[in-house]
Amino acid sequence: MSQFELDVEHGVSWPSNGISEVPFQVYTDQDQYDREQTCLFQGPTWNYLCLEVELDKPGDFVSTTVGEVAVIVARDTAEDINAFVNRCVHRGNLLCMKRQGNVKKFTCVYHGWTYDLKGQLTGVSFEQGIQNKGGMPPEFRKDEHTLRRLRVAVLGGLVFGTFSDEVPDIEDWLGPDVTRGLLRVMNRTPHVLGRNTQVLPNNWKLYIENVKDTYHASILHLFLTTFKINKLTMPGGVYINPDGGNHYTFAKHDYGAEGTEYKDAEMRSESDLQLQDSSIVESVDEYGDSISVQILVVFPGMVLQQVRNTIAIRVVRPRGVDKSELEWIHLGFDTDDEAMTERRLRQGNLIGPAGYIAMEDGFIGGFVQRALRYNSDGAGIVMMGGHEADSQPFKTSEASIRGFWKHYRMLMGR
Amino acid sequence: MEEQAIRLGVQELIGEYVACIDEDRLEDWPGLFGDPCRYLVINRSSHDAGMRQGVMYAATRGMLLDRVFTIREANLFEPQWYRHVVGPIRLKSVEDDVAIVHSHFMVARIMQGGETSLFATGRYLDRIDISTPDYRFTEKVVVLDSDQIHTLLAIPL
Repeated sequence: MSQFELDVEHGVSWPSNGISEVPFQVYTDQDQYDREQTCLFQGPTWNYLCLEVELDKPGDFVSTTVGEVAVIVARDTAEDINAFVNRCVHRGNLLCMKRQGNVKKFTCVYHGWTYDLKGQLTGVSFEQGIQNKGGMPPEFRKDEHTLRRLRVAVLGGLVFGTFSDEVPDIEDWLGPDVTRGLLRVMNRTPHVLGRNTQVLPNNWKLYIENVKDTYHASILHLFLTTFKINKLTMPGGVYINPDGGNHYTFAKHDYGAEGTEYKDAEMRSESDLQLQDSSIVESVDEYGDSISVQILVVFPGMVLQQVRNTIAIRVVRPRGVDKSELEWIHLGFDTDDEAMTERRLRQGNLIGPAGYIAMEDGFIGGFVQRALRYNSDGAGIVMMGGHEADSQPFKTSEASIRGFWKHYRMLMGR
Repeated sequence: MEEQAIRLGVQELIGEYVACIDEDRLEDWPGLFGDPCRYLVINRSSHDAGMRQGVMYAATRGMLLDRVFTIREANLFEPQWYRHVVGPIRLKSVEDDVAIVHSHFMVARIMQGGETSLFATGRYLDRIDISTPDYRFTEKVVVLDSDQIHTLLAIPL
């Protein structure tokens, strides 16, 4: 057996074949982290790349990462969207250093090799040498060299990419429930209201698990209980796709009652606390279905969030075993008037790095990571609501976390 | 009014602003703003792109009071303190009892365990009401140089 094949056998072992006990080493083990890059981020998954509106014209590009891998997304002259690795075929240099822009071609700063908007090598500096001295050998053919391409799909104005040839088309992969949930929120043309990135001192999975954790919200987030904003009695539920990793959870809200009893009753806690300015929670039923919270995860690392009238994409990007970057992309829509924009901005205090109901999510993973330092034996318990990862008409469950691990174990091969 | 007096007044206001935060007198902080007002913490790339959503936003003194209340009672975070260093304060213009004042700052964050790090750098873009001796911010836009915030932003900058 070669050394390489031995490496494949590395990684964390699980206490059982189940998904309700998660070994703590999955958050601390370097081999596990390395395998995730291959098996998850470069495996049969669809990863968020950018918004379609960011690639408005031919030549528009966005550079991003899929897992740790640098990727360029570009619209070509035939109006198609292309995605390819941001790595010159010549010496492996980063081809594009800008986050966003418009170009006719990509030119490597190192030796001036050029690529078209599909990632095809089109130019090699001094290919024929100078005065026919030097230059590339005759067997070198530019058309045999292209940047490693990703498959691209657009759904609800979001551009996704995958390194996999096997993964099904995105709607089939997400499943009908999660596709419906995504299209429900992304039902108009979006624009970016702002961006923030949090550097989290923890493994990326701890953040995604937190997002999928419907159990903690009314306990960890004191703001919700202090001002009685999150009522456990609100109707809601969880949809989990058969693979497990793609899911969404939702809760309804009685918008009609908000103007009357809400301000009088719900805004007060037992100690009679109330907000001085309640405009940060004054919301409208913009989707007309009474759903006030919908949290949707596209496996492995993207979140689409509706909290009242705040709409955001969150992307968690692994940056080492114990570090990740969480980008918030705050959205408005083409139908928004100034009152709606102002409403979104005020409610924006609820979410993001300083969010009244998001702040705790920023540190909790770091606290877990700290506790696991040289103390990562054993397994965490994810048994609220049973051992399976099925859709449920209630939220007092950890089923969607188990769904993550179901999908995770399937792709990691153990 | 004498320009020199205005300079001293805005300097005092900005000095009091950072002292309220650094000395953990957050309850005094909203009173330094008019009502309505505009307080916004936003990163430079969003601000330069004309975007309006940042990290913290208040349009009224009530929203500032709510921020202080939630810091004290309704948000959890690891105990931490800031130390602001504000650079030279530049009076850009004075018109109709409103002074436009720009300055820049660095903020160190001190965690309860003693770990001290450079947490934020940026600019204060202030509109200050100087119509009465008690100068007040009518607008304070805190433009952060970096797009990244380490862990979270619990306390205003």
